[in-house]
Amino acid sequence: MGLDIRLPIGLLFSIFGVLLIAYGALGDSTIYQRSLGVNINLDWGIAMLAFGAIMLALGRRGTKV
Amino acid sequence: MLRTIDWTIMIVYFAFVLGIGAVLKRYVKTSTDFFLAGRSIPAWVAGLAFLSANLGAQEVIGMGASGAKYGIATSHFYWIGAIPAMVFVGVFMMPFYYGSRARSVPEYLRLRFDEKTRGLNAVSFAVMTLFSSGISMYAMAKLIQILHIFDAPFARLGLPPTWIFHFSLVISALVVLGYILLGGLTSAIYNEVVQFFLIVAGFVPLVWLGLKNVGCWSGIKATLNPSYTHSWLGMQSPHTNRLGVEWFGLTMGLGFVLSFGYWCTDFLVIQRAMAANSMNSARCTPLIAAFPKMLFPFLVILPGLIAIALPTQNLAGLAGTHAAASIEGKGLVPPKMDASGQPLRDQDGAVQLDYDLATPNMLLHYFPTGILGLGLTALLASFMSGMAGNVTAFNTVWTYDIYQSYINKTATDEHYLWMGHMATIFGIAMSVAAAYMATRFNNIMDMLQLIFAFVNAPLFATFLLGMFWKRTTGHGAFTGLLAGTMAAALHQGLTLPQGGLPGVKGGWLAVMHVYPSEMAQNFWTAIYAWTTCFLVTTVVSLLTRPQEEKELVGLVYSLTERPAQQDLRWYQRPAILAIVVLAATLLLNIVFR
Repeated sequence: MGLDIRLPIGLLFSIFGVLLIAYGALGDSTIYQRSLGVNINLDWGIAMLAFGAIMLALGRRGTKV
Repeated sequence: MLRTIDWTIMIVYFAFVLGIGAVLKRYVKTSTDFFLAGRSIPAWVAGLAFLSANLGAQEVIGMGASGAKYGIATSHFYWIGAIPAMVFVGVFMMPFYYGSRARSVPEYLRLRFDEKTRGLNAVSFAVMTLFSSGISMYAMAKLIQILHIFDAPFARLGLPPTWIFHFSLVISALVVLGYILLGGLTSAIYNEVVQFFLIVAGFVPLVWLGLKNVGCWSGIKATLNPSYTHSWLGMQSPHTNRLGVEWFGLTMGLGFVLSFGYWCTDFLVIQRAMAANSMNSARCTPLIAAFPKMLFPFLVILPGLIAIALPTQNLAGLAGTHAAASIEGKGLVPPKMDASGQPLRDQDGAVQLDYDLATPNMLLHYFPTGILGLGLTALLASFMSGMAGNVTAFNTVWTYDIYQSYINKTATDEHYLWMGHMATIFGIAMSVAAAYMATRFNNIMDMLQLIFAFVNAPLFATFLLGMFWKRTTGHGAFTGLLAGTMAAALHQGLTLPQGGLPGVKGGWLAVMHVYPSEMAQNFWTAIYAWTTCFLVTTVVSLLTRPQEEKELVGLVYSLTERPAQQDLRWYQRPAILAIVVLAATLLLNIVFR
């Protein structure tokens, strides 16, 4: 129906991914004590960006057909 | 505590939710578009929405709470409860729901039985959805308050902190109202899918960090008593397991009556499958939902278990704690407090824990700024989609099964579309009212939920007989439903859970039997209700005039052609998906026995 749901999901996750990566890479690194020393923003941001990109790619391919 | 980055994430999400509705607006032209998403939803989208519609507050917070309280045995709600029922509705029942072209579950009852059975189901369902939506809103506003999400901005704006509750209610109501009015069921379904991915994205890192901290599953096993880490241990007697139920009550009450009653007859979830783009997609909808559902215990129950397995620490800064009292909690779970700030104790003097805070405290404990915004957004998303699910189900049942059936039968499609919009506004206004009622009259809400349980318990017997025995009649179904509801009320009125006082917990007629736990009492109430409904429906059906067979084509198993499957790939075949999902569930039961 009209809008392929993968496009908004892909876009949303890409934006979240970029935000988390930027904050993880540039922000204060002393806050990661609570996450057991893991820079969870950076790591999970990369995972979310990857997922978002895949969804965008699938959605665009699906819309063209 | 929350920084700009957290707020940005939350605001981006809300913008998306409304944006999706705005984009979908131009596709909504007829009432079918609004109420049934134009029957155009692909199977995987319908499947994830089927799962998400049920993924409200009860699931995310409640399952974490049960995980902390009962341990991995909570997984019975999935591996004995939901999965078999989801498989059954997909493989056996969907051909009649979708094939009959009914637009709602009550409408199926009208086609199969008669007007009075539909009316009973439609009215009770409409009232119930409004109250559940209200309870969901109430829980959300309460949680926002406890987590102090809006405290800082409110303080900065100089607003009184008591307004946070009202503000949370109103803002969530407006957002849900906005996207449903714009895009109807499609909008609700799309947002449910977004929310599904968001919950996964928010909870996977939480579970990962938690497990890393406690040393994986073996670490939990080493810390906690075995009763927490085995789902079938001690199930031969209600006194030797944490749930306080024996295996028969569990499998029949939860696994059969309650789960099948919910997943196979509740329009809230069935509506998602009815919106699918083909018969086969509709049948696959619950089956596709079953795969992630099977794994959800690891996402929603494990946080509770981890919270209780962690060494008790200073909980200051987490929710529901005063620094002085934090010693009395267990792990990350704080004690319940009375008004004076003292921990509540049960009759034996043991501290009562506030299990509902297990999952929220896990988020606050492990997530630094940034991902904390993501986790909280996921939590809010789950509350809102639970609400939206109820509202979309309500507006459909109201418009088709009450308004079009009894009030205005001959209006134009445009008029019914307008009525759908009005019903959405009315439904949300009533939910807000119900949420406020929950703040004032806790007892009334408990009593209403009890009455809903009585009404729901026998439903599956009616559908089972209706779909698989062509001799079942409308009079039989109607009397059976009433008798089943009465049996549930009677059983509850004559029994009590251990330690309960006569009243809303039962025993308001006389106390003839005491169950070891409230859960056992609930399961047995359901078993009695179902059996009574089954027997009464059968007997009354045999005594009344049978329905014409030609009226029942497409509605009853023996008079309906099997859906064609030849040109489907293996992974599109419901039977194959069903076998895979059941085998995997059996395996999970064995691994965590």
